[in-house]
Amino acid sequence: MRIPFRNTRSIGHLLAAFQVSITLVFAVLLVSFWHFQIGQHARFLEMAENNHQRSLALRAPRGVVFDRDGRVLVENRHSLNISLVREQVDDFGQTVTLLAAVAGVDEQAVHDVVERHHGDPVYRPIVIVQDASLAQVAAVAARKLELPGVVVEQIPTRYYPTDRLAAHSFGYVGEVTDTQLSSARFSELSSGDIVGQSGVEYTYNGLLMGVDGTRHVVVNSVGREVETLGEVPPAEGGALQLTIDYDLQRAAEEAFRLADFEGAAVILDPNSGDVLSLVSLPAYDPNAFATGIDRETWVGLNTNELKPLQNRALQGRYAPGSTFKIAMAVAALEEGVIEPDFKVACRGGGTFYGRFFRCHTTHGTVALDEALEKSCNTYFYTLGEKLDVEQIHKWSTALGLGSLSGIDLPHEVQGLIPSRAWKQEVVGERWYPGETISVAIGQGQVSVTPISLAVMMATIANGGNRVVPRLLKAYDNGSGWQPVLPGATATLVRLSPVTLNAVRRGLWLAVNREGTGRRGRLVGHDVMGKTGTAQVISLVGREAASESDQDLRDHGWFVFAAPRDNPQIAGVVFAEHSEHGYLAAPIARHVMDTFFAKRDGRPLPTLPIPSRVPDVSPLAPVVMLPATAIGGGE
Amino acid sequence: MFERRLFAYIDWMLVTAIGVLSVIGLVMIFSATYDPTTAQVGGQFYRQLGALLIGLVALGVCLAIDYRVLAEQSLLIYGGLMALLAYTLFFGLEQGGAQRWIGLGPFSLQPSEFARIVIAIVLASFFAQGRRGPRRFNDWLFGAAFVVLPFALIVREPDLGTAITLLPVCFAIMVFAGLRLRVLAVVALLALLVAPVVWAYGMEDYQKTRIASFLDPEQDPRGAGYQQIQARITVGSGGLTGRGFLQGTQSQYNFLPVAHNDFIFSVLAEEQGFLGVLFTLGLYLFVILRSLDAARVAKDRTGTYLVVGIMAGFAFQVIYNVTMSAGLAPVKGLTLPLLSYGGSSMIATLMGFGLILNVRMRRFTN
Repeated sequence: MRIPFRNTRSIGHLLAAFQVSITLVFAVLLVSFWHFQIGQHARFLEMAENNHQRSLALRAPRGVVFDRDGRVLVENRHSLNISLVREQVDDFGQTVTLLAAVAGVDEQAVHDVVERHHGDPVYRPIVIVQDASLAQVAAVAARKLELPGVVVEQIPTRYYPTDRLAAHSFGYVGEVTDTQLSSARFSELSSGDIVGQSGVEYTYNGLLMGVDGTRHVVVNSVGREVETLGEVPPAEGGALQLTIDYDLQRAAEEAFRLADFEGAAVILDPNSGDVLSLVSLPAYDPNAFATGIDRETWVGLNTNELKPLQNRALQGRYAPGSTFKIAMAVAALEEGVIEPDFKVACRGGGTFYGRFFRCHTTHGTVALDEALEKSCNTYFYTLGEKLDVEQIHKWSTALGLGSLSGIDLPHEVQGLIPSRAWKQEVVGERWYPGETISVAIGQGQVSVTPISLAVMMATIANGGNRVVPRLLKAYDNGSGWQPVLPGATATLVRLSPVTLNAVRRGLWLAVNREGTGRRGRLVGHDVMGKTGTAQVISLVGREAASESDQDLRDHGWFVFAAPRDNPQIAGVVFAEHSEHGYLAAPIARHVMDTFFAKRDGRPLPTLPIPSRVPDVSPLAPVVMLPATAIGGGE
Repeated sequence: MFERRLFAYIDWMLVTAIGVLSVIGLVMIFSATYDPTTAQVGGQFYRQLGALLIGLVALGVCLAIDYRVLAEQSLLIYGGLMALLAYTLFFGLEQGGAQRWIGLGPFSLQPSEFARIVIAIVLASFFAQGRRGPRRFNDWLFGAAFVVLPFALIVREPDLGTAITLLPVCFAIMVFAGLRLRVLAVVALLALLVAPVVWAYGMEDYQKTRIASFLDPEQDPRGAGYQQIQARITVGSGGLTGRGFLQGTQSQYNFLPVAHNDFIFSVLAEEQGFLGVLFTLGLYLFVILRSLDAARVAKDRTGTYLVVGIMAGFAFQVIYNVTMSAGLAPVKGLTLPLLSYGGSSMIATLMGFGLILNVRMRRFTN
């Protein structure tokens, strides 16, 4: 029997309460959906778009760099990168272990690389092995199924077919650093972009960098590409034509190698300022940077005592030694303190301001030309006595010494030509006239960069036009070659014909008569030149430091220009620790020989590059004993 | 058994609302399982269509038999359920680490989905038979015992989500049968005290991760919290009018896991927008309120309890699933009745509505 239904009122109340509660809950649900779908719609829509749409960068190759004859100096090759797409990896630890084993790389290093890119989107490939070998790629491809998320990418990579040649002019490329990204110069770029970090790669980065393309794809939840929405192909960067002459560059570097010297050389066209070759040794291999330099190599380059990363031509500051006598001669003649026929009697030195200053030999009575020829210290001490240090400062600065050349390469440093103001400011003392005597032969506080001496020689050679050295001859950013006009920034130095004739005659004699530069002589081409020695350490200091490992041998200079009338080549050779400037001269001679041979259509001279350097250089046209070269200069 | 005049008392508005919701479910399953690369819809769509037709037949059967007859046979029905659940536990099909299904040739049956209705019938019958006046403690204990047995079997499968849906059915009927809310509060308090013990000993690791990730979904965006974040993105990206049929990138590109099943409402929110949500939730609310009216007009306590029990389970599932669809509740394997893919769920839900229509239809019969 069924019990009749009672208590209707209480049931009714409960039902009403039940219905009201459920209605309220539904109202809350609707408000929540309103909040998500209307209130935060834009934010979630963006998140949904980011979820399934991706832009993958297609790296643009950088522009090709040619030499002045159109020879390829820097280009691109395809390199294979083994990368990891975290999104597609199932078991991260296991994948890394297997990948490290298969590719033969350190497991911890893989973890480190991934950690560095921790903040990147999970779909962006992280490069694990840059420029993988074919063996590595094959090994990874063979275990493809066990390595989900491991991909092989083909990337255009900078390639320097000339190996280490002209490394410092080209510079190198590398990933843009975080510091650079926050600078105005690279503000447009994003992390992972490759930029020039040195050399013309740096200076003309804007021209050389192409525009990366993008591939816009739709992916599903496991990162598999479902559809390609569109593709913007990468645009290759603009091409550069440098003023560098490959043959001259090679000749200069081979000559250095033959002589077994480190050092620097700057060879200019004195009329345009074109840098025909620029040497800094030891050099690095820019190819090592192109695929991301490994830590070991980087540390090695940075801790190497010989500082291979330093561009000595621009960044090395050395005492000019006797090459400074050229600036002294110009100053004395232009200031009118002497005439070219002014004579000084050299008795192996002279007493100035109560102190005896040595000459390296006894030259007897010499005029300016002979003083330059034989590099007579006594003559220039006398000029130092006659000239005020401000006058020396004025004229050497006018010739380019102690100032920036303005070459289109980064990180150039300035030499130093002392002045009263400089000493007061830096040392806090007044200038003593006795100090001018040391300055007169390029010692004391005087320091110059090799390139500034090259500019001085070009200025003397072309008759007073202080050119700005330049590496860029023309560029093509897609609309044909645009020549870069030279000389727009050159400064005119007013030098009287008397001054020019006297100095040129002295320099010509130094190479072509009995001077110190005879190893630079090139028959038929009227080479002008001057040797110099840059003291690494004073005689007193040398005794004290004789026990140390440091190489304390002096550096040798040879500055030159040719031919004497209508010069077409000028420059400087700086031979580190060569002890004597005349040992730098054969290098310059070989470069000039190559230059004129090429101009005249003759076969280029070759050097027998021995595996070991012989005792006597076969280059030397005149066998010369170093006995005459003792003392402060040559 | 089925008198012709009763036909007039069928609640056609409720039937229509249920029908519309089922069709919305089919459309959303179509979208969620559609493969744009092959331009083909998943097999789930056709299976769901089949389940809907079978469910309508089952609804008719549940409507035809007087619910009082069912109530009289409630212990037999209960025994049948227990047998099926036990069979499932020992001989059921395993899938994804859980043994929830009984294989029937090409089909599979999930007995736990039917537990709610059976519990509703058995408890409605049990409490309606009791004498009047204040109930004794033993009555509540007996009532609870009916639930504990299937609950335990379902948890063992394991399928905690489905097992939990038995609780609102039980509580609702007990409250309507006179259980004072104060007692319920004590039970709730006890449950709260037991919770840490359950957490420590009674829960599987995957369940712990789910709850932990719910509390802080951003903590592990690729892990358990992933579904929650994706659910929110899916819902939020829908906006007012939605992204359009088959145009929801979250569901079409599989960013939303089990879109056709647990997260079908998120698909709806993405593709049909807030307006679609408003319409669908409105239909659900109508269905619930309208069904509860059947409890009000019921002829006897059995009918009232039956309707209240079935609706409590239904409402709980709807509310939980919709909350979860918006990423506002821990991810549980709880389907959205009428919308989610799942044959057993669809058939069981329609059978439940058959019973509710049954109670309303027979409100004047003796």
